[in-house]
Order: sequence, then C-alpha cells, then structure tokens
Amino acid sequence: MSPAAYVFLAVILFAIGGVGVLIRRNMILVFMSVELMLNACNLAFVSFARLHGNLDGQVVAFFVMVVAAAEVVVGLAILMAIYRARRSASVDDANLLKN
Amino acid sequence: MTSLHILANSGTNLDPIYGKVMFWILAVLAVVAALAMILVRQAVHCALMLAVVMLSLAVMYAMQGAPFLAMVQVIVYTGAVLMLFLFVVMLIGITSAESLKETIAGQRLWAGLAGVGLIVLLVVGIGHAAIGSAAPQTAANGTDNLTGLAQLIFTTYVFPFEVTSALLITAALGAMVLAHRERTSPKPTQRDVARRKIESGQVQPEPPPGVYALHNAVDMPAMLPDGTTTSRSVSDAVVQRDVQLGRDPQGRVVADIAGQDRIEAERQLEAGAAGRGEDQ
Repeated sequence: MSPAAYVFLAVILFAIGGVGVLIRRNMILVFMSVELMLNACNLAFVSFARLHGNLDGQVVAFFVMVVAAAEVVVGLAILMAIYRARRSASVDDANLLKN
Repeated sequence: MTSLHILANSGTNLDPIYGKVMFWILAVLAVVAALAMILVRQAVHCALMLAVVMLSLAVMYAMQGAPFLAMVQVIVYTGAVLMLFLFVVMLIGITSAESLKETIAGQRLWAGLAGVGLIVLLVVGIGHAAIGSAAPQTAANGTDNLTGLAQLIFTTYVFPFEVTSALLITAALGAMVLAHRERTSPKPTQRDVARRKIESGQVQPEPPPGVYALHNAVDMPAMLPDGTTTSRSVSDAVVQRDVQLGRDPQGRVVADIAGQDRIEAERQLEAGAAGRGEDQ
C-alpha cells in the first residue's frame, strides 16, 4: 500500500478525533479524542518516514508519544482535581473564568 | 523478532497484496472504532474502542517498517495511557452521566460538518501533493530499524531527547502536586474510632446484603432477627447503579414486600389460623 493511503487514513482519524473533541461533554472523552488525534498524527509521521526512506519521522513520532504520555498524566491529574472541587467531569461546569 | 520482521517487510518487500489486504482490514477497523468511540455513551466502552484504534495503528506501524514504534505503541499507549484512562473512568466516570443537552444550539451538526469539511480540505490538499511510492530505506540509517533509531536519537536528536527527560520529571512532579490533597482535620486515632463506634450505637459491622433475605443478591437488603429488612445493608453504589440502569431499586421494594409477607405468615402461624399453605 502506498504511503498516501496511510496519510489519508490519518486525516480521517484526525478529523474524527476533532469532531469528538467538539461534541463530547465529558472531560475524559474529550481527552480520549485528543489522544486519537495524536495517534493519527503519529501515523502520518510514520508514513512520511517510509515515504522519504529515512527514520526521522519515526523519531518524531517517538517524541510525540513521550510528550503525549506526559500530557495524559498531567491532564488526568488536573481532571481529578477539578472533579474533586466541582463533583463534575463535564466541560460545561468548569466555567469559573466566565464572568 | 522474526514475526516482527515479516510484519515490517510486508509493507515494503513482501507480496504487496498482503499489505493491501491488511491495510483495508485495519483501516476499516480503525475508522469504525474511532467513530464508535465518539458516539458511544459509556466512557468505558469509549476507552475500549480507543484501544482497538491504537492496536490497529500499532500493526500499521509494523507494516510500515517501524517495529520499534509498534511495540512502543502497544506498551505505552494501550498499556499505560489507556489503563490510566480506565483508572480515571473508574474513579469519576461511573457516576458522572454525560448530559445530552446541547449547550450551544446545533453544536453537534456544525461539529460534524466541520469534521467533514476538514477531511475534504486535507484530502484534496494532500491529493494535490502527488505523494509518490515509498522510497527504499537508506543504508545510512543503520542495519535495522532499532539501530537506526538509536543512532538518530543519540546523535541528531540528542538535545530533544534530554529535554524529554526534564519534561517527564516535570510531568511526574506535576501529577503528584495536583493529585495531592491536604489533610484538613487531624487523622483519627484508634481511640477516636472506637469512641465514635460506641457513641453511634452500631458497634458491630453493618449486616451484609442478601444473606438473610429471601434472595441471595447484593441489591437485596438483609433481614434482621426481628424479621424486618434493613436498607443499611445495601451499598449506596448498588442502589445508584440500579437507578442509573433504569431498573429503579426494585430489589429493595420486592424484598421489603416479601419480608412483610413472611412476617404476616408467621403471625398467622402463631395465631393458629388457617393458611399453612401460604407459608413460604
């Protein structure tokens, strides 16, 4: 399969993740959609690495994975803190900065 | 490692028909699972769908000559990140039902349209870019995938690699600080606990559910020695789950009625009245 097919698949997965971020109200699910988008980016990176015949894209995908792991740890900790303070995991309820 | 190498070669050197078949199976699987992930209501099901997407992406990495990334994907994403998600879902997601009310009118429709628009835009853009076929792996990158990656990470990308370590330490510290809760009251000693128990009048543990009732189930309240049932034996979480699943706490009502029936039957028995047949 040519790398272009993989890039198109990455595009579709990225868009699905983006729609998930927009339509879900639960913070955990918004987070999962962000992870889906990051995974789609990784797929594109790996495809580009194969396209160019070198490994730089794979190294970048590797770094994206590391950053995503760190991001999930901090993000879920923030989510837990918000849930403890507001007893809710809905993105609509975290509106302290609204007024 | 041999199976990994076969996988890694299947996208490049082996018969291309295998690569094609595997790509289509995995692509359909990934897209369907991703769609299910954003549409399914239960948070746990979403996490499982995300696992399906991540695993199919891992196989795709292996097919594209990235066996190391495939393993990292399985271990880091499906192994660690997704388990973390599941832990948080267990901690907060079960009781937090997602409201179906749209805060912004027509948000879902416009989000869907935006997603389709993004797909069209990117597909047209990338389609115009005329992506060629895969270039052969250059020998300069090392003998195999792992050696090549190691050489790149520890030469060209050594500075980002070092920065990554700082990032990981910061993330670990940040998670500890955010998850830490200050104790606002002094920790109760054993003496305090004993005193509170005696004062409450409930010295022994709560009766377990179901055991002394007519049914042996956790949502059935226990029957006390005097024949009455007690709702204290049923965990609040069980009642809450019954309510959440739509079968409102039937168990408690049924058990109470059954208990009343039994008390009634026993009274009749004691009074020597007729109705031995009704005794259950």
